[in-house]
Amino acid sequence: MAEVLVYVDHVDGAVRKPTLELLTLARRIGEPVAVHLGAGADAAAPVLAEYGAVKVLTADAPEFADYLVVPKVDALAAAYKAVSPAAVLVPSSAEGKEIAARLAVRIGSGIITDAVDLEAGDEGPVATQSVFAASYSTKSRVTTGTPVITVKPNSAAPEAAPAAGTVEQVAVTFGELSTGTKVVSRTPRESTGRPELTEAAIVVSGGRGVNGAENFPVIEALADSLGAAVGASRAAVDAGWYPHTNQVGQTGKSVSPQLYIAAGISGAIQHRAGMQTSKTIVAINKDAEAPIFELVDYGVVGDLFEVVPQLTDEVKSRKG
Amino acid sequence: MSLRIVVCVKYVPDATGDRHFAEDLTVDRDDVDGLLSELDEYAVEQALQIADEADDAEITVLTVGPEDAKDALRKALSMGADKAVHVEDDDLHGTDALGTSLVLAKALEHVGYDLVISGMASTDGGMGVVPAMLAERLGVPQVTLLSEVAVADGKVTGRRDGDAASEQLEASLPAVVSVTDQSGEARYPSFKGIMAAKKKPVESLDLSDLGLEADEVGLDGAWSKVDEATERPARTAGTIVKDEGEGGKQLAEFLAGQKFI
Ligand SMILES: Cc1cc2nc3c(=O)[nH]c(=O)nc-3n(C[C@H](O)[C@H](O)[C@H](O)COP(=O)(O)OP(=O)(O)OC[C@H]3O[C@@H](n4cnc5c(N)ncnc54)[C@H](O)[C@@H]3O)c2cc1C
Ligand SMILES: Nc1ncnc2c1ncn2[C@@H]1O[C@H](COP(=O)(O)O)[C@@H](O)[C@H]1O
Repeated sequence: MAEVLVYVDHVDGAVRKPTLELLTLARRIGEPVAVHLGAGADAAAPVLAEYGAVKVLTADAPEFADYLVVPKVDALAAAYKAVSPAAVLVPSSAEGKEIAARLAVRIGSGIITDAVDLEAGDEGPVATQSVFAASYSTKSRVTTGTPVITVKPNSAAPEAAPAAGTVEQVAVTFGELSTGTKVVSRTPRESTGRPELTEAAIVVSGGRGVNGAENFPVIEALADSLGAAVGASRAAVDAGWYPHTNQVGQTGKSVSPQLYIAAGISGAIQHRAGMQTSKTIVAINKDAEAPIFELVDYGVVGDLFEVVPQLTDEVKSRKG
Repeated sequence: MSLRIVVCVKYVPDATGDRHFAEDLTVDRDDVDGLLSELDEYAVEQALQIADEADDAEITVLTVGPEDAKDALRKALSMGADKAVHVEDDDLHGTDALGTSLVLAKALEHVGYDLVISGMASTDGGMGVVPAMLAERLGVPQVTLLSEVAVADGKVTGRRDGDAASEQLEASLPAVVSVTDQSGEARYPSFKGIMAAKKKPVESLDLSDLGLEADEVGLDGAWSKVDEATERPARTAGTIVKDEGEGGKQLAEFLAGQKFI
């Protein structure tokens, strides 16, 4: 059976959930071969094997951390040469898309970004995408070269399917361009202890209606009662009430949780672009005419400062 | 020597309009008004600020697109760019990101550049891949997704706010940069700017000027293909209640019914 390269997104060997989703999707089109770059391959390999990786190709070098994007492209291209896969899957993060883009140019292959589903087809893998702020769904395929496809988080439920997961080193020669952009310093983000926004099953977002950074704990309390991630509209982020990393929408994160709760958000097209594929959508807004209500499964017209705390209390008491 | 800045701007259908696919499954550009992609305004703005800081700089705005894409160039010129280059050719219809990056790379080599500035993503395709592809094709450093950027002493520096960390980056010119919408509000064209833009030069190029063949671009030259596009069924109308003091509880009841609690 044909091999499918899966680029592993991890933090020091802790494999992030979207990679497990990719391994699950990869099995529909071939045998997953994971590519793990940087430290922590020993910790990652058993997890990758559990989700179906027949092989884990690894490389570690200081270049991966010291320079932007290109060293990783060099390594993925080396893995590509070693394996001659039927497709290359990369998580749809900002960096993942850039890695995929450069690889596609380098190996002379077509590319599809932000797939939300993937299936085998007669003429190669067929990717489903959600476009124009999720008002259309398309099916596409790569017609030249080896399909390079980036896949959004929450596109499949990870399924375990134990495989050998044999660890092999891949030899990487870094090209001249690899040291072009130096990472002079790096400030890691502080963890909030809440789920990762793009991976969370439930997201609770606040917008301009939250009316101040000092009121965001109202949103956080509801999120914590549900074990949810916290999101924000651009209006709330631009006002400085919440960090940009939590922005949902066209220029923020695109989320696709089981449940999305929007409080004090009007539902502008750019916000919808990042949340419209959520399974169940709930909104709390005091304006009955707010466009967000066109999307909801359940909406409450009311003041979020009344409705949200009452909901939080009710969730807590029901959960006991 | 003058710092040659080239800003890549895209002409896109208005995102607030009712966007559709045409019969050949390319983006329908007839039904919805087009404009300069809002995310590329940030690129123009950063170019203007960098030019202000430099002793001597010249800003060229570059687009690959249909006849109407001139509107996007005019807007950028009225914001303050010096001149424009328009790559226009009937054979470009349906070009994918790989093809667009090929055409842009050839055009950049034709125009000459020290610094290329792009937006973070186009507001129609929204792939966010063209800047990385450009850097790969041109063989110059990629300094992308910056929320802060500066140029001095032949170097570009900037801050990239990633998922896991915020990074300070540095590269030598020539380089390809892309900026996010966190980089700072774009200015509005002034009346004077709009008048001045009418007299600024717009150079038109076609594929043969760039040494490209028709089959390297366009719908037939694309390396990926859309087989199907279906309009997402309208979401079935949900339940909407007015809060009369029990709204939070009613919502909890709904969530419990859906097994979220
Ligand atoms: C290029 C571009 C990219 C963009 N990218 C994004 C993006 O990624 N994400 C994004 O979110 N936006 C984005 N935007 C901005 C977008 O157009 C909207 O401006 C933004 O989403 C509005 O945020 P909001 O809904 O919080 O604010 P508003 O539109 O001001 O809505 C606030 C809502 O809160 C309600 N409200 C007020 N007080 C209360 C209360 N006490 N209780 C209940 N309800 C209350 C109001 O009725 C109103 O509906 C982008 C715009 C552009 C041009
Ligand atoms: N047709 C085009 N003409 C000029 N610049 C473009 C074009 N398409 C994309 N770009 C540039 O590349 C960036 C990213 O586009 P994309 O990869 O399509 O999301 C945009 O913000 C523009 O700066």
